[in-house]
Amino acid sequence: MSEHATVTRRETTVGTDEQRVEVIGKLTGDALYTGDLLLPGMLHAKVKKSPHARATILRIDTSKAEALPGVHAVLTGHELDYRLGLYVVDKDILAKDVVRHFGEAVAAVAAETDDIAERAVDLIEVEYAVLTPVLDPMEAIGADAPLVHPDLGNYSYVEAAFDPQPGTNIANIIRMRKGDVQKGFAEAEWVIEREYTNPSVQHVPLETHVAIVQWKAGDEVTIWTSAQSPFTVRNLFCTAMRLPMNNVRVIVPTVGGGFGGKAGIHLEPLVACLSRKAGGRPVRLQATREEEFSLLPCRSALTYRIKTGVRSDGTITAQQMSMYWDAGAYADYAVNVTRASSYSAGGPYDIPNAVVDAYTIYTNKPYGTAYRGFGHVEFFWGLERHMELVAQVIGMDPLEFRTRNLLQPGSTTLTGETITEHTGNPRKCLAEAAAAIGYGHLTPQEEQHERHTGRKIGKGLATLHKAPAMPSFTASSTVVKMNSDGSVVVNFALMEIGQGCNTAIAQIAAERLRFPIEKVKVAIERDTDKEPYDWQTVASKGLILSGNATILACDDLLAQGYAVAAQVLRAQPSDLDHDAEKVFVKHRPDQSVTWAALSIGYAYPNGNGVGGPLIGVGRYIAQGLSNLDKQTGQGNPALDWTYGAHGVVVDVDPSTGEFDVVRIASIYDVGRVINPGIVRGQCLGGMVQGLGTALCEGYIYDEQGRLLNPSFTDNKIPTAQDIPEQIECAAVETAQLDGPFGARGVGEHPMISVAPAIGNAIQQATGAQLMHMPIRSEDVWRALQDMEPIDNWITQTPAGSCRSELPTGHLPLPEVIIAPTRVEVPVLH
Amino acid sequence: MLRISVTVNGHRFEHEVEEHWTLLRFLRDGLGMTGTKEGCGAGECGACTVFLNGRTVNSCLALVAEADGGSILTIEGEAAAGKLSDIQAAFARNHAVQCGFCTGGMIMSVRDLLQRNPKPSVPEIKSGIEGNFCRCTGYEQIVEAVLDVSGQLDESSKGELRYV
Repeated sequence: MSEHATVTRRETTVGTDEQRVEVIGKLTGDALYTGDLLLPGMLHAKVKKSPHARATILRIDTSKAEALPGVHAVLTGHELDYRLGLYVVDKDILAKDVVRHFGEAVAAVAAETDDIAERAVDLIEVEYAVLTPVLDPMEAIGADAPLVHPDLGNYSYVEAAFDPQPGTNIANIIRMRKGDVQKGFAEAEWVIEREYTNPSVQHVPLETHVAIVQWKAGDEVTIWTSAQSPFTVRNLFCTAMRLPMNNVRVIVPTVGGGFGGKAGIHLEPLVACLSRKAGGRPVRLQATREEEFSLLPCRSALTYRIKTGVRSDGTITAQQMSMYWDAGAYADYAVNVTRASSYSAGGPYDIPNAVVDAYTIYTNKPYGTAYRGFGHVEFFWGLERHMELVAQVIGMDPLEFRTRNLLQPGSTTLTGETITEHTGNPRKCLAEAAAAIGYGHLTPQEEQHERHTGRKIGKGLATLHKAPAMPSFTASSTVVKMNSDGSVVVNFALMEIGQGCNTAIAQIAAERLRFPIEKVKVAIERDTDKEPYDWQTVASKGLILSGNATILACDDLLAQGYAVAAQVLRAQPSDLDHDAEKVFVKHRPDQSVTWAALSIGYAYPNGNGVGGPLIGVGRYIAQGLSNLDKQTGQGNPALDWTYGAHGVVVDVDPSTGEFDVVRIASIYDVGRVINPGIVRGQCLGGMVQGLGTALCEGYIYDEQGRLLNPSFTDNKIPTAQDIPEQIECAAVETAQLDGPFGARGVGEHPMISVAPAIGNAIQQATGAQLMHMPIRSEDVWRALQDMEPIDNWITQTPAGSCRSELPTGHLPLPEVIIAPTRVEVPVLH
Repeated sequence: MLRISVTVNGHRFEHEVEEHWTLLRFLRDGLGMTGTKEGCGAGECGACTVFLNGRTVNSCLALVAEADGGSILTIEGEAAAGKLSDIQAAFARNHAVQCGFCTGGMIMSVRDLLQRNPKPSVPEIKSGIEGNFCRCTGYEQIVEAVLDVSGQLDESSKGELRYV
């Protein structure tokens, strides 16, 4: 599609700051979200949840709940012979015999009102035999660890991409092999090995998960749900419930934020089973905020060990990377996070010899799923802190060290893909981020501030990259239908979850049709019975795939219009041109026919009709991608790479470890800006979400595996008071050759690498070596005292918060090794 | 059950409610006014912010009984005669809306702030909306929208995407 890629400024709609197309409904309260819907006869559901992380269910007595007036259905796991799973089919709809995490659903009720359902849930008696949970992923891969899934060998899974290890807690292993890592380490003058960690984190969409399902007679099922991916909900639902797709309709109205947490399938099967048992009444279940933290999934925790061989001139010769992903109780997306992180694990650097071994590990904790960045926020914390520390060890400025090793045209990625000048420009992103914060020196004002306050200013950098994690054959489609007044309606199944896809697609359609955007309507609700197929709304792939499909649909519609107009105007289609109102003969513009006259079939004055409704169809499938070899990881998984960099200025009090993030400058190579206000909105929003991850968010468990902070009181997210004073976002435009108007996605990327940029700035200011994210003031203080970092994410404290202080300290300490001494990474069995 | 009388966005309602109902539940389930959202049910996220007798409250914490005889303003009362209010228009212009779930409560808090302080500084704006979580926007464009509607948005305060 190279004709789309030429970046010129001829466009009139693409590149302009259009208002969001669906904004009025959201501003007035008129926009309907799933939780706002009221269906005739609708019942309300509540869930009975496990208070234990690991236990055997000895007995469930639902008789009192069933006897409560107003209760229509009570369900337990043994009634449900269905198992769910995106890639490894490992999850029952309700726990059977055992519970595997705190907050897991063991029973559910549908009743006339919320209040009755709540009372009924309280009346359900569950007797447990509590077992010792396995909470630490590094312990879970030990030889004598109890198994979270003793039946792992009997589960079905996607064999082309995943590799579960029966008899262990390992849900998946991914291996990448590039070059000769032994030779690379032999060529190194320095070998530096360290380990970096981060806890699980909650997405916190403001709208919690909600589903309404009606399972009618004849197994006709309608699902209204707050999902990112209606077709994936339908697909997984039909697979699990063994229903033909034509029996199931998934409708998604406005969605109140997703961030990956609403990809896949969640509450829908349980609510469907309640509706069936309640005789086909529609049933509604909306997660409470507490349930959002523990019944619904989170982001996986990660322990990332990196060993880098480097020469004194700063050239990386080899890198060995080991990722230990804490999946929690179910594999869900975590196995694919592991895969996607593996082929990105080295960052935007040219590493000639590399090994990645990545493990997805079951533990007795709430399970991990997709979260904005799909693993990259987590591993870039380690990777970009590591690059800083490697530079420090060899005595080179971190910017110079990074720049020396950045990918450039001709470089190959870990999977063997050759980078070209069109892939994007990580070098420019990093250089601009450095320039924006005045990297490498303090201004006179900053020096004066240091003198007057005793505080320290630090300036840090971090790079980032990400490609969409998706099947190699991922496809999207768009239908553009002309109304009889010559305006158009655009249908596609990419879901507007706040990221602005409806507006971007409207602008692309308007641009391609050469219509004003006012003549382009994008449907808000998605309905699998009406919209054309899309795989999912994930991975920052929507702009390229749906954008290209939209261009093709517009071309199809124009061609249909031209064909009829050619007949009416007695011309060849090649003689025709058009504007927003009409199709006309190029050399005789007065000979024309309006789009309105063509739109639903042209009628001659005598009444004869020709043509018919103008409906353009566009289908686009990712081009040239391939599966990864299971032994070497070699292949072509990347639709595109979006590169970026953050520059951060911090102001640290070295006596206490307290610090402020004063300035962040973020630069991304987006290929082509479709809408600057929306691109900036993604950059700002992602950056602040990254700030939350960097500074305070994370799950804290007690030693029994109970989640201690499932609320906003104890699990803070950034407020308006927490954002830096100075935030700058900038775009590089290196056209993506197969992107719509040269564009590539940037939805997830702003969240990646915010944390290491802050960590690096703190290190520049004070020398503090931070290995764990989030970075709390006491972490900085402890690092400055050369005290061991605290791992207090599994804690003895009775009440948890980000500021909890009790140490347990059982993770291996990081080491700096200078060649020729070597330490081998522990080998897993 | 309890019989209450309230004025919502200028309309008077007489309604049977359960004693334990919150104001939020009354608005959504009792009156079908779903523009006000529940984000946490614990008074921490601000998505349910409405005016009760001239002051903003988290309607998930206020009991509907407290509102008896009172006057309530919700997001549904913000636009007049089918036309966006100045605050709403500024939100639209400045990309201060993404998923929209926090927007209603956010606008209520901005209205409250501007009634008390017609030209708030940036720190005052941030303080004024700190009780309203937004997970999408990172707040910056909301702050710019408030500067805009209060006539303070100029070249120095207007953030823009820079091209490099």
